[in-house]
Amino acid sequence: MYLFKSTFVALVAGFFSSATFAAGGGSYVEDFDFSFEGPLGTYDQTQLQRGLKVYTEICSSCHGLKYVPLRTLGDEGGLGYSEEQVRAYAEYYEVYDAELDDYRAAVPSDHFPAVVDAGAPDLSLMAKARAGFHGPYGTGLSQLINGMGGAEYIASLLTGYTGEEKEEYGSVFYENTAYPGKWIAMAPPLYGEDVDFDDGHANDLYSEAEDVAAFLMWAAEPKMMARKHTGFVGVLFLVVLSILLYLTNKRLWAPIKKGRIST
Amino acid sequence: MAGIPHDHYEPKTKGAKWLSSRLPIVGLLYDTIMIPTPKNLNWMWIWGIVLTFCLALQIITGIVLVMHYTPHVDMAFASVEHIMRNVNGGHMIRYLHQNGASLFFIAVYAHIFRGLYYGSYKAPREITWIIGMLIYLLMMGTAFMGYVLPWGQMSFWGATVITGLFGAIPFIGEPIQTLLLGGPAVDNATLNRFFSLHYLFPFLIAGLVIVHIWAFHTTGNNNPTGVEVRRTSKAEAEKDTVSFWPYFVIKDLFALAVLLAVFFAIVGFMPNYLGHPDNYIEANPLSTPAHIVPEWYFLPFYAILRAFTAEVWVVQFASFITGGIIDAKFFGVLAMFGAIIVLALAPWLDTSNVRSGRYRPMLKWWFGILIFDFFALMWLGAMPAEEPYATLSLIASAYWFGYFLIILPLLGIIEKPNAQPTTIEEDFNNKYSKDGGNSDGFYSKPDATPAE
Repeated sequence: MYLFKSTFVALVAGFFSSATFAAGGGSYVEDFDFSFEGPLGTYDQTQLQRGLKVYTEICSSCHGLKYVPLRTLGDEGGLGYSEEQVRAYAEYYEVYDAELDDYRAAVPSDHFPAVVDAGAPDLSLMAKARAGFHGPYGTGLSQLINGMGGAEYIASLLTGYTGEEKEEYGSVFYENTAYPGKWIAMAPPLYGEDVDFDDGHANDLYSEAEDVAAFLMWAAEPKMMARKHTGFVGVLFLVVLSILLYLTNKRLWAPIKKGRIST
Repeated sequence: MAGIPHDHYEPKTKGAKWLSSRLPIVGLLYDTIMIPTPKNLNWMWIWGIVLTFCLALQIITGIVLVMHYTPHVDMAFASVEHIMRNVNGGHMIRYLHQNGASLFFIAVYAHIFRGLYYGSYKAPREITWIIGMLIYLLMMGTAFMGYVLPWGQMSFWGATVITGLFGAIPFIGEPIQTLLLGGPAVDNATLNRFFSLHYLFPFLIAGLVIVHIWAFHTTGNNNPTGVEVRRTSKAEAEKDTVSFWPYFVIKDLFALAVLLAVFFAIVGFMPNYLGHPDNYIEANPLSTPAHIVPEWYFLPFYAILRAFTAEVWVVQFASFITGGIIDAKFFGVLAMFGAIIVLALAPWLDTSNVRSGRYRPMLKWWFGILIFDFFALMWLGAMPAEEPYATLSLIASAYWFGYFLIILPLLGIIEKPNAQPTTIEEDFNNKYSKDGGNSDGFYSKPDATPAE
């Protein structure tokens, strides 16, 4: 990955910021409009469910989600499936049970299985392990305004295949406009209309990429809603506290400044 | 405590007298909290409280994190994910701890540069300054080792690079590096000793913080004028000071609340902004990241480390004189530690008898450039080691050393300082009576920034 971090004073925030940006340059990441962006953004439950379907039917043949417990598919603020639905979904996977010394159908307390055969990276944290937005010049302003852009990177990667391929040392590489270095070993996984959504939502390439990227953001940061809520309450509380302390301080110092105590 | 004359604690009740004659702890706390403090302290004097808060925040969140963390190379990364997903409130505790380190360093840099500008390091406060520098060094050690614990890619490769610096020391470097790592390379032994020390150091810092406070309570606070509090009588001292409680406690709490509002916005809405995405990839000794970059708070010194390459004539000269013992790598290490040593030696490098930069017309400019230089180094530390950044890093590093080794000693001789107020009271009254529009100078200015 041609990513690296830098730091500078972000004048906008008047605060330190650090940034990642592509040293090689050239890779293009589209700024998708996800529902979970911004301080008040929330996950779109139906989008996450569609994303799960794309993952299950396409991605999961090569990529695992080994850090994600299956039971979290029932979490509020996430996919919000019922207990029965989670149990039924879990049975789709086979996991190795050390006690049985054999494989058995997964139950909600298991994690998504790791998939190692294809040599493909685990996707549990992919949306946090990549940054879509960088710089400019290591200032971190882009990330400050657009966010880190992990989900945007994934969606851009899935839609960024140009159709060109080349063979090097017996391996085929595919040209991709979002991938740093342009040539990626993963063949185009989505072409559009790969899955049929139960809610009849559009299943063109663009929609599928967006949905699975949103799902992977949830997989990487399942507590995002709770975190934003805490952040919001925290900021609100501290602003009120600041105002009260400001007034207290002003009143406390008034006689000192008027010189009543020391003239 | 000693120094400024003020009222001391007098036990009144029978119980209080009984306790006081056996353990004068109430008196100790009373004298600490009621310390006479120069009343003209400005907003740059808030950072001490912010830093104390940060230390408490890091220790408390850290203790909770340890309850769920597993210090083993095969399980550390997964245990952090366990904290993020399964532990009640674990994601907030971890994000607070992770971003708390950044808040800690923002505060410590503001605190250090405050001291540099207002001459807080000068006699009789050299010990306070040196203790502060030791705290800063321990903070850097703690932060570095803490960053290794999640066992991500940057954790692993950062540890490899930084411990490699010690390997650059001639003759004894290799054994030192092996001792730090607990083996030939970064592995489970490294993770375990870093974990142990990451837990130990904050308590050493806490101990030094007490000594730091003890030292400046003995000498009294510095203040923006650098003029000492009058100590000839209690009445005079009272004209220059107010007690720490409640005046500065409330002021500092207000500043802390404002900073924490910003801090909570970052933790809540963009907790990974200050981090590196690569650290969400589990450590892999077989795959080196394209760019290994330390956390932002190390970048200025990282830039100095990298600035001195084998092409720089100073490095070539040092290598020639020492018969190759000091090579470019070791020179870089010396420069990096030297950059902190010159900072620590500021009390003896500054020859001016005027304490505060406010009355030093030439220092103001050079100090302004130093601040710019610090941010420039921070930015350069994150840029790739290529032109034009290499040359810029060299210039910026040279200025850092030039400021402490040439400018500070020289300014004391050539600079003509401006007139200083004779007392703190005079400075305070000038500030709050000059633009009120009221003929009676002391009843004026409905001020928006108290105590500034």
